[in-house]
Amino acid sequence: MAGHIKTKRGNTVVSKRGTEESPFVKWLLIGIALVFSLVFLLLPLVNVFAQAFAKGLGAYWYALVDPDSWAAMKLTLLVSAITVPANTIFGIAAAWAIAKFDFRGKSLLTTLIDLPFAVSPVVAGLMYVLLFGLQGYFGTWLDDRNIRVIFAVPGIVLATIFITFPFVARELIPVMQAAGTAAEQAAQTLGAGGWKTFWYVTMPSVKWGLIYGIILCNARAMGEFGAVSVVSGHITGQTDTMPLRVEKLYNEYNSVGAFAIASLLALLALITLGIKTWLEVRAENQEKAAQQSDETPLPGNQF
Amino acid sequence: MSIEVKKITKRFGDVAAVNDVSFTVNEGELVALLGPSGGGKTTVLRMIAGLEMPTEGDILIRGKRVNDLKVQKRNIGFVFQNYALFNTMNVFRNVAFGLKIKKWKQPDIEARVAELLELLELKGLEKRFPHQLSGGQRQRVAIARALAPKPDVLLLDEPFGAVDAKIRQELRQWLVHLHHDLNVTTIFVTHDQEEAMEVSDRIVIFSKGNLEQIGTPREVYEQPSNEFVARFIGVMNILELEVENGVARINELEFPSHGLQKGQKMRIGFRPYAVGISSDPGAYRYHAILRHTYFLGIMLRVELELPSGLILRSRMTKEEYSKLGLRDGLKVSFQIRNYRVLSSEGEMLSPEVATTHEIPVVLGEGI
Repeated sequence: MAGHIKTKRGNTVVSKRGTEESPFVKWLLIGIALVFSLVFLLLPLVNVFAQAFAKGLGAYWYALVDPDSWAAMKLTLLVSAITVPANTIFGIAAAWAIAKFDFRGKSLLTTLIDLPFAVSPVVAGLMYVLLFGLQGYFGTWLDDRNIRVIFAVPGIVLATIFITFPFVARELIPVMQAAGTAAEQAAQTLGAGGWKTFWYVTMPSVKWGLIYGIILCNARAMGEFGAVSVVSGHITGQTDTMPLRVEKLYNEYNSVGAFAIASLLALLALITLGIKTWLEVRAENQEKAAQQSDETPLPGNQF
Repeated sequence: MSIEVKKITKRFGDVAAVNDVSFTVNEGELVALLGPSGGGKTTVLRMIAGLEMPTEGDILIRGKRVNDLKVQKRNIGFVFQNYALFNTMNVFRNVAFGLKIKKWKQPDIEARVAELLELLELKGLEKRFPHQLSGGQRQRVAIARALAPKPDVLLLDEPFGAVDAKIRQELRQWLVHLHHDLNVTTIFVTHDQEEAMEVSDRIVIFSKGNLEQIGTPREVYEQPSNEFVARFIGVMNILELEVENGVARINELEFPSHGLQKGQKMRIGFRPYAVGISSDPGAYRYHAILRHTYFLGIMLRVELELPSGLILRSRMTKEEYSKLGLRDGLKVSFQIRNYRVLSSEGEMLSPEVATTHEIPVVLGEGI
């Protein structure tokens, strides 16, 4: 920490660490970061809302209550309501296995988890078409039983699960590895079984990683375009998710409609980020309160 | 509770971390498992706790075999080397954890936690989180947490390893007092022989997975069962002698041959206090130069260099030192009052041989 030192002449000098960069470099870096986030992040986001409200509140509201748009919103919520819990459970299980156990094929599993990051979403969608489409391997079998996967909700869910597969696991693995197994063993010596140990000791210690993972997973599940586009078939009112609906409306020159839905997607992202920040601040305040509650020195135990 | 370890072996792959070890810890005893790192002592402790399963052998707590009893059911308190506190819980919740698991009622939990925090001088820190505590405080929270559910046995793994020297000293005395007050059977692991000597009723000494000796601190110090123990407990001068013309010798030092033939070798050891020094060059048979004096508090250690370059260590009180008028660089004469034949490692040692008269054991030895 830089401290303030009074010189002989009485003016204050801020002491500096020897390794500190010159003010020019410091402000240059801060400037670059700020300008970039303004131009490439904040401005487009503001523009989304500006365009959405370009023709007034009424037009905005009208765009949102359009039954096809409404169906797209419900579908998106349904898809993420299935995808996020599924990938959360999978992510916890995979991270647990990788962080706490040694087994054959561990590195293979780690690589597999990263696969969706490496594969283009369009290719991911095509994989499912090749498997479950009418011309695909299971296509006729499914068709015989009247089960529709491709160009229907199940296909959209499958593609979204594939795309958002890595988020929770990726966030959890490093925090679980860092947390180690000592606290869990301590819980066991105190009589806690597997479930209680997991619930009271493991989960709280990886809470932030998990919340981050879920937020990222949810954002991607709602926002995924490429893979869903391939498997959905773009049936208006049935298999259009919000991002697909945005594209469709935009192509139909309905920019207010497109931006209205886009603004909802953006709003969802902002709300999740807001919740995360609020949780973080609350945890910090609790800790500070604990620190301040016992300022009085205690006799005889200053070791 | 009494703990009996019967012929336990633990193998990790091909490596035997613990090899056919048996010992008994009596009700209410405070026992140290002592040995260099990698000696298998922590593995033994973890097997008693149920955190590791023995490959062979039995563990009995109060006469009951507990091999198949899960760690949760053994009713032990375990203090981990790096505390392993629950970082997401404050001090109160850390200590209360075991009680909550055992479904104690809330008022009982509060009373028990308050009692322990009082006992461990942690009062007022209830709401602090582990990272807001000093090393010594964390250590005591870990002990409070382990003691809260009233365990039959308290097991501590290198309890004072991670705190600095002064605090370690305080914690040691404090562990003795705690054990005295609660009278719970306690086993702790340490690599510090001084710590083991100071704190425990009995010491179990390990080396490379084998049990070398069990005994009171005084027993292992005065009657080490082999060279390993003799060297590990306290400081020892070790010499390798060769028999020639009926005497065993190294450079200018000569000892009786103990029936060995010409050319045969033997190893002997003697404690620094067995080396008597005089500033009068004629007082004793051997001569040396006092190279260096180490201050160890009340005791001093003196390094003697013989004309042949051999270095021996001696020990005395400050009063003795000044009475003899010693100082660095002085020419002195000395004698070795008694020594021990260590002929080969692993064998039972022959009793100490007095070359002169019996001398009382100097208190404070081993510092």
